[in-house]
Amino acid sequence: MADLGRICLLLALVVCAYGIFAALYGVRTGRVEFSESARRAVYALAIVLTTAFVVLELAFLRNDFAFNTVADTSSRTTPTFYRAAAVWSSQEGSLLLWAWLLSLWSSLALFLVRKRMRDVAAYATAVLLGFAGFFVALMIFYATPFQTTSPAPAEGVGLDPLLRFPTMMIHPPMLYSGYTLCTIPLAFAVGALATRRVDADWIKAIRRFAFAAWLFLGVGILLGARWSYSELGWGGYWGWDAVENASLMPWLTGTAFLHSLMIQEKRGMLKVWNVSLVLATGVLAIMGTFLVRSGVLNSIHAFGGATLGVPFVVLIGVLVAGSIYLVVSRRDVLRSEHRLDSLLSRESIFLANNVVLVALCFVIFWGTYFPLISEALTGNEASVGPPWFDRYTVPLALVLVLLSGIGPVIAWRRATLANARRNFLAPVLSALIVLAVLLAAGVSQRPFALAMFCCAAFVLGSVAQEFVRGARARQAIAGESPPVALLALVRRNRRRYGGYVVHVGIAVLFVGVAASSSFQHAVERPLAVGGSTRVGAYTVRYVRPTATITPKEDRAHTGSTLDLGAVLDVSKAGHHVATLRPSEGFYDSGEPAQGSVGHLIGGQAVSHISMNGGITRDVWTAIAPNIATPALQRIITVGNRTLSPEEAPIAIGVLARDYLKDPPPAQFHFIVSPLVMWIWIGGLIVFGGGLIAIWPAPSALRRRVALRSRSRAAAGLARA
Amino acid sequence: MSPARKRSVRLVAALGAAVVLASALIYTSFSAASPALTPSQLLRQAQPDRSYQLTGKVAQGSVRHEGDALDFSVADRAGGRVIPVVYTGTVPDPFREGREVIVTVRKQGARFVGERDSLITKCPSKYKAAPAGEKQNY
Amino acid sequence: MNVLIVVLALVLLGAVIAVIAGPLRASLDHRALQTDADASPRRAELEAARESKYREIRDAELDFRTGKLSDDDYAAVDAALRAEALAILDQLEALERESATPRDA
Repeated sequence: MADLGRICLLLALVVCAYGIFAALYGVRTGRVEFSESARRAVYALAIVLTTAFVVLELAFLRNDFAFNTVADTSSRTTPTFYRAAAVWSSQEGSLLLWAWLLSLWSSLALFLVRKRMRDVAAYATAVLLGFAGFFVALMIFYATPFQTTSPAPAEGVGLDPLLRFPTMMIHPPMLYSGYTLCTIPLAFAVGALATRRVDADWIKAIRRFAFAAWLFLGVGILLGARWSYSELGWGGYWGWDAVENASLMPWLTGTAFLHSLMIQEKRGMLKVWNVSLVLATGVLAIMGTFLVRSGVLNSIHAFGGATLGVPFVVLIGVLVAGSIYLVVSRRDVLRSEHRLDSLLSRESIFLANNVVLVALCFVIFWGTYFPLISEALTGNEASVGPPWFDRYTVPLALVLVLLSGIGPVIAWRRATLANARRNFLAPVLSALIVLAVLLAAGVSQRPFALAMFCCAAFVLGSVAQEFVRGARARQAIAGESPPVALLALVRRNRRRYGGYVVHVGIAVLFVGVAASSSFQHAVERPLAVGGSTRVGAYTVRYVRPTATITPKEDRAHTGSTLDLGAVLDVSKAGHHVATLRPSEGFYDSGEPAQGSVGHLIGGQAVSHISMNGGITRDVWTAIAPNIATPALQRIITVGNRTLSPEEAPIAIGVLARDYLKDPPPAQFHFIVSPLVMWIWIGGLIVFGGGLIAIWPAPSALRRRVALRSRSRAAAGLARA
Repeated sequence: MSPARKRSVRLVAALGAAVVLASALIYTSFSAASPALTPSQLLRQAQPDRSYQLTGKVAQGSVRHEGDALDFSVADRAGGRVIPVVYTGTVPDPFREGREVIVTVRKQGARFVGERDSLITKCPSKYKAAPAGEKQNY
Repeated sequence: MNVLIVVLALVLLGAVIAVIAGPLRASLDHRALQTDADASPRRAELEAARESKYREIRDAELDFRTGKLSDDDYAAVDAALRAEALAILDQLEALERESATPRDA
């Protein structure tokens, strides 16, 4: 079966090469059939790569350890769900996932524009097939998923226990979809520049693709943060790690683009800026992919050997040089048609928003690549930590949230100053009320958090005012009842009100971030059974220890040999709040050198945290049990000496029983974070709002509107 | 001032502000950064009260819990010099002897004290091009 | 390589060739390709510009009704937008007249 996989890769490479040739030939000579054939080549690529992916998936599901990648990342004892997802836990498997997703999304995009923008689409096809061909070539020449060993080993190494969490398995496909979707606007931008057609039609098409990229990338990032917080043992959701930053940067430029695109649509301005943003987003997405697999930067995720570094650097060099060349050589087409009418206009607020987002991206870029930069400039590799990032991103985030509250109040083109001043009354009042309340509650020691809460109140006040006024305006025209008016208002102005909802979501999210980072209580200390400690307003008591041994055949289990944990009683002011059960799972290391008993628990240790989440706060607990006591260690050494591998599990049972009978104090980590749930809720609101904004209005509605606008336009001019 | 002139002035002012802020950013990054050093380099170059990023492997047999703190030694990747570190704070799940770690340390007297919560353990290289026959240890 | 793999590979190859060669065969047979009637990029651009201009007019009205613009400012913006819309409509009509002429002749 591996042969079929290899054939698929070769066929894929041929298809890519043919497609690139056919697309360029077709668009150069005007022979439409070749451009069409090139588009079909993308569909064909999707078919071939799907076959390859299915071959690999089947190999994992069937435990075909002849495949090196299956033997390296899966095992008979890995539960089925994780076996299916282990496909993308390795370098070569994840390359296949990337190429496969690229082929699927490219097929969809090209299918959607198959009747329009032929020339632009032809160049876009060539670019997308170029990317696909690059990744397929990487797989063929550097890291193939279809390498086999003969004779096949009897058992595999198993999936890294750190990855045995459901969220961790959804996060890569989401993130890769985001990354691959970022290349589609880039491809269409290249096409538009090549054919000198950076016009309204292109804007319509590219907006959908840019939004899809924004959505999937955003969801992928949020999932990663959620996984880190709720399943890893450090209790944080964002560490300014290089890989986290790499995914955030294209999301920031993508957000900027979605805003500035509206300015180009309305005023024909910022064309150079917009194509640059699109190209930058695509390049940042490729850099993000590269970062994870080149080992170029030190990071928790260091996913790579140095072998892939050179091809990626070459690709990025080509992309950057090509982009600069295209923009410079097409600058005549990219000239602005108009200028900003007035500084007091929504366009100018959007411009400010773009500046802040790009500044954020620059800060994060600088900090992330600083080790490389400093090594190049000073010869010493140095890195900056989270405090440096926080120092610059926090003020910028404040300005961003503030702008998102100012925008709704200002009209397009040219706002009336008197009206604007009046309209700011309610939002500013909301902010001041919140400020007064919080100061009275004694929140003054954290000025940045306080500022963020006030800015968020400002945004909520401003958006609420917009909804109320808009609904009232509809009622005045159509005489509907308030709820119906509100619904009709949103339905007829999806982009505007969907955008407002997104801004509310962002404000809520930042409130959650500010509260949980500034007002957190964390305690790390050892506790003996019966002991308790205070964390913020809560008291946590160690009630009793737990020990679980799960048979390997239990498919639902994550595969740990032994789980030691605790039952914790969380109470507040004497009232019971929750019972939490954190534990630590000890996994098999597969190293006979550790002894027959030792290796069963000598592998990875994975913390299973236990959390009580709520609207106002999360109580988070983790445990690191101590198995290094002399008594417990003696069981292991005696077992190593006297027990054969088949008998070794008996010793684990003895270990568990002794741990329960006489538990040594365990190291605990408790965190009480306020408003963490608002981060996830805010994220959901953001994506819901985005969907509202992008949802196409029903066509009947559009036709009615078009007809009415046309007659009014004519009537207006006749009167004037 | 004509509108065109006003626009040019605004543009220049905005660009000027951007350049100033970017310079401030770049300048502070160099002073706020901790150089990444291996144990041998650290032993040679360490100055008291400067923070450094110590990178290397956790030496076998060196991990000990002392109450709240964690004692361990970091060795050069290729073997050789070893530096003992006293660390308090979160210990990542993958941490164990033989793993590659990065920890921010400060020299205090003769000891190296790890900054709170600064310990990063590299995930065992899932994406490593494993030489034939080598087993990953998990 | 067993027979199953060879068969699957050949099936795959056949599918790929069929998909890719479709348009090429069609043109060789001098069959009309499945293209849409109005492939004119200029027309598509104008239609998109028109839609966008209508949206701007509605946005300006909503801005006025939610109290962001004074009566005078709204009248000015509205008139300007309508003039721009009519300009686009005129260009579209000119394009239609151009493309209709050859057929008449």
